Amino acid sequence: MGRYVARRLLQMIPVFIGSTLIIFCMMYALPGDPVRAMMGDQAYDPTVVAGIKKELGLDQPLLQQYVNYMTGLFQGDFGTQIASQRPIADIIADAFPVTIRLTLFAFTFVTLVGIGLGVVAGLRPDTLRDRGLLTLTLVLVSMPSFVLGFLLQYLFAFQWSVTTPTVTDSTDFSQLMLPAIVLASLSLAYVARLTRTSIAENLRSDYMRTAVAKGLPRRRVIGVHLMRNSLIPVVTFLGIELGNLMTGAIVTEGIFNVRGIGIEIYDALSRREGATVVGIASLMVLIYLAASLIVDLLYAVLDPRIRYA
Amino acid sequence: MRGARSAKWVAGAIVVALAATACGGSGDDEGNNKGSGPAGYVSIDVGEPQKPLIPADTNESNGSYVIQALFTQLLDFDAKGEIVYTNAESVTTKDSKTWTVKLKKGWKFHNGEEVTSKSYIDAWNWYANIKNNQQNSFWFQDIKGYDDVHPEKGEPKAKAMSGLKAVDDHTFTIELKYTMPYFIYKLGYTTWAPLPKVFYDDPKAFGQKPVGNGPYTFEKWDHKKLIQVKAWDDYLGPNKAKNKGVQFKNYTTVEAAYKDVVSGNLDMIRQVGPTDLPKYKQDLGDGAIDQPYAAIQTLTPAFYSKTFKDIDPKVLQGLSMAIDRKTITDTVLNKTRTPAQGFTPPGVKGYQNLDTDVFTYNPAKAKQLIQEGGGVPGNKFTIQYNTDGGHKEWVTAVCESIRKATGVDCVGDPKPDFATDLEARDNDQVKGMYRGGWVADYPVNANFMKELYHSTAEANNGHFSNKEIDGLMNKADSAKSLDASVKAFQEVEKKLVEHMPAIPLWYYRINGGHGKNVDNVNVDFHGDLEVWGVTTK
Repeated sequence: MGRYVARRLLQMIPVFIGSTLIIFCMMYALPGDPVRAMMGDQAYDPTVVAGIKKELGLDQPLLQQYVNYMTGLFQGDFGTQIASQRPIADIIADAFPVTIRLTLFAFTFVTLVGIGLGVVAGLRPDTLRDRGLLTLTLVLVSMPSFVLGFLLQYLFAFQWSVTTPTVTDSTDFSQLMLPAIVLASLSLAYVARLTRTSIAENLRSDYMRTAVAKGLPRRRVIGVHLMRNSLIPVVTFLGIELGNLMTGAIVTEGIFNVRGIGIEIYDALSRREGATVVGIASLMVLIYLAASLIVDLLYAVLDPRIRYA
Repeated sequence: MRGARSAKWVAGAIVVALAATACGGSGDDEGNNKGSGPAGYVSIDVGEPQKPLIPADTNESNGSYVIQALFTQLLDFDAKGEIVYTNAESVTTKDSKTWTVKLKKGWKFHNGEEVTSKSYIDAWNWYANIKNNQQNSFWFQDIKGYDDVHPEKGEPKAKAMSGLKAVDDHTFTIELKYTMPYFIYKLGYTTWAPLPKVFYDDPKAFGQKPVGNGPYTFEKWDHKKLIQVKAWDDYLGPNKAKNKGVQFKNYTTVEAAYKDVVSGNLDMIRQVGPTDLPKYKQDLGDGAIDQPYAAIQTLTPAFYSKTFKDIDPKVLQGLSMAIDRKTITDTVLNKTRTPAQGFTPPGVKGYQNLDTDVFTYNPAKAKQLIQEGGGVPGNKFTIQYNTDGGHKEWVTAVCESIRKATGVDCVGDPKPDFATDLEARDNDQVKGMYRGGWVADYPVNANFMKELYHSTAEANNGHFSNKEIDGLMNKADSAKSLDASVKAFQEVEKKLVEHMPAIPLWYYRINGGHGKNVDNVNVDFHGDLEVWGVTTK
């Protein structure tokens, strides 16, 4: 097991280098010069543009820039943002906790409510309550997040004044509730449906019949025998979804004015802040890699037949 | 029990992850300002400035809002575009070439240092020096000796511009390279602000925590969230703050900001988004702001392109008459613009009625003019625009109007964002016309002609070049007085109609608003809300 984890961790290094290089090249290939764009519509002085580019090392060839960037990164330096001249590490440190808070909130919501609903529906398939859930999740899946976002904002903030329309303080969980629910709604529907199908199917399997025949209490039959087996596809989905929740929050973050990673990376992209994009993206890559490792390890917990050497 | 052991592992990992987040969370607990901040403060939706707060390094609107609150230049303008002296007692000249500035006495920076001639001269020399790479350094190019501190290539030859001389602590002179009657108007731009001595110790740190001489003192900059400034009691200028302070709050979208204005969490919004425009007057009542300001939108032909090379101006006049400005501004643009009547917007010195029908919709005459001029090559042209700025709708409408009126085919040439759009303009890759926009730097008509259509102007991306017009502009620049120069530029504007360096479309309006907690919200000539005059109820 320890050896397996070590091997997986080592594999992350080439993946990390490869993905950052690809993102770096893509940023380089995009048209539009970040320093020039900063000058805007009005008149400007090309000498100043050249001076700034030289200072930031943007006049060097791509590979040299990449090497410089990576060398900096290994020394813990994420680089400097072109326009604001602030260290990118600061920018990430500002935005990351906000997104993580929002994501964890949404993720907990997805896990608890999604699996809960799925179990409730899956135990009694084809009943009224199962059909009700299927309809509800169908609505959630087909509704774009901005529609749901505006709708909830209108109802909760403007009609009933339960909460503030936008997030003014990202440490306040009551303000984060609405965006977290909107963010969670899509994956909630998937998780509920996945759990429901998996449970409904396993309900008919042999080992379930055996467990019931042995006279085990219902709580143990469902909680240990049924759930453990049924959760494997759900866990796989949740693992990937953790990353998606973090990066996919752009729309939701925009509607509710949450200053997280989504907005940050969008801004950086439109301003061609290559180093910022690569910095944030590399962190996301790490999170995806870590999440998939945890998912793989969780398989062993759920199904004892799976072992790692 | 292998499963159970790995469960511990995973549980351990989750605990570590949670602990890490909790740590990150406790870091930004401060600044939990709910509602609109401290009592007596007003708030406005001004986003994160792009760059550090140094006057000569900022020309986008977020940054200049904050700079204007913290710094005061020699003079400023009222809503009509007339000069109001702030830090200067007077700025005079006899020959439009050498200008004498007298400063008001007793002015201080926020740290107590006196504002003297040296505060200005040193600052301007620093701004202009190529080594410091200031974005607005070219604003000092009219001053004698600029080329020594800002050569096109290589190291600067001098540390100071020879045109700047201190007479005494409160008087100094500016000598220009040539005569420029409206130079005094340029001095109102935020770039010309003075700097205290502490700036030169560490410009980088200063940019994060500036010390100015303006109506407000800097309090804090919570990056990407808010900038807070406090009214300065010792301020001596006419634009002394009428509120206790300002919060410049960052919003990710105009819609989010608008919602906060309606719900009372924010006091002012600079621009209402398209989705809320139809109902904002109803929502905000007396708080709705709908006023013109000095900015113009044009279609500029690339005179190097295949389509518009050696084009007969009659064709451009025809295209101009084929655009139904009234209908487009009323419907597509929701009355947020006013149809243009010329090359200079109102609110600018020298604005005039051109007495021509080139800007009036007239399909029959449009067709005739285009025919007389030999038509558009290929009977088709493109309009380049950036899709991230909400231009697609009107470009489509303009094309539709031209096609319907004249049969000339017109299509949009979208670029994904402003950066790409600018790059195509800089590299002379515009295939037909591009969307031009210009906001007044200073409220004089020269700003809308000399900077855009003179052959040597930096912003002349369409490469319009006409010797006669260049000559007329140069002559207007050498006029004896400001009035004479403004008059001469009015003549230039009349000539421009004959040559059509661009097709003016419409003048901008500001459609903003404020909530019930504040009053006296006025708009200046750039379309900025004057935060210093806002009062709380």
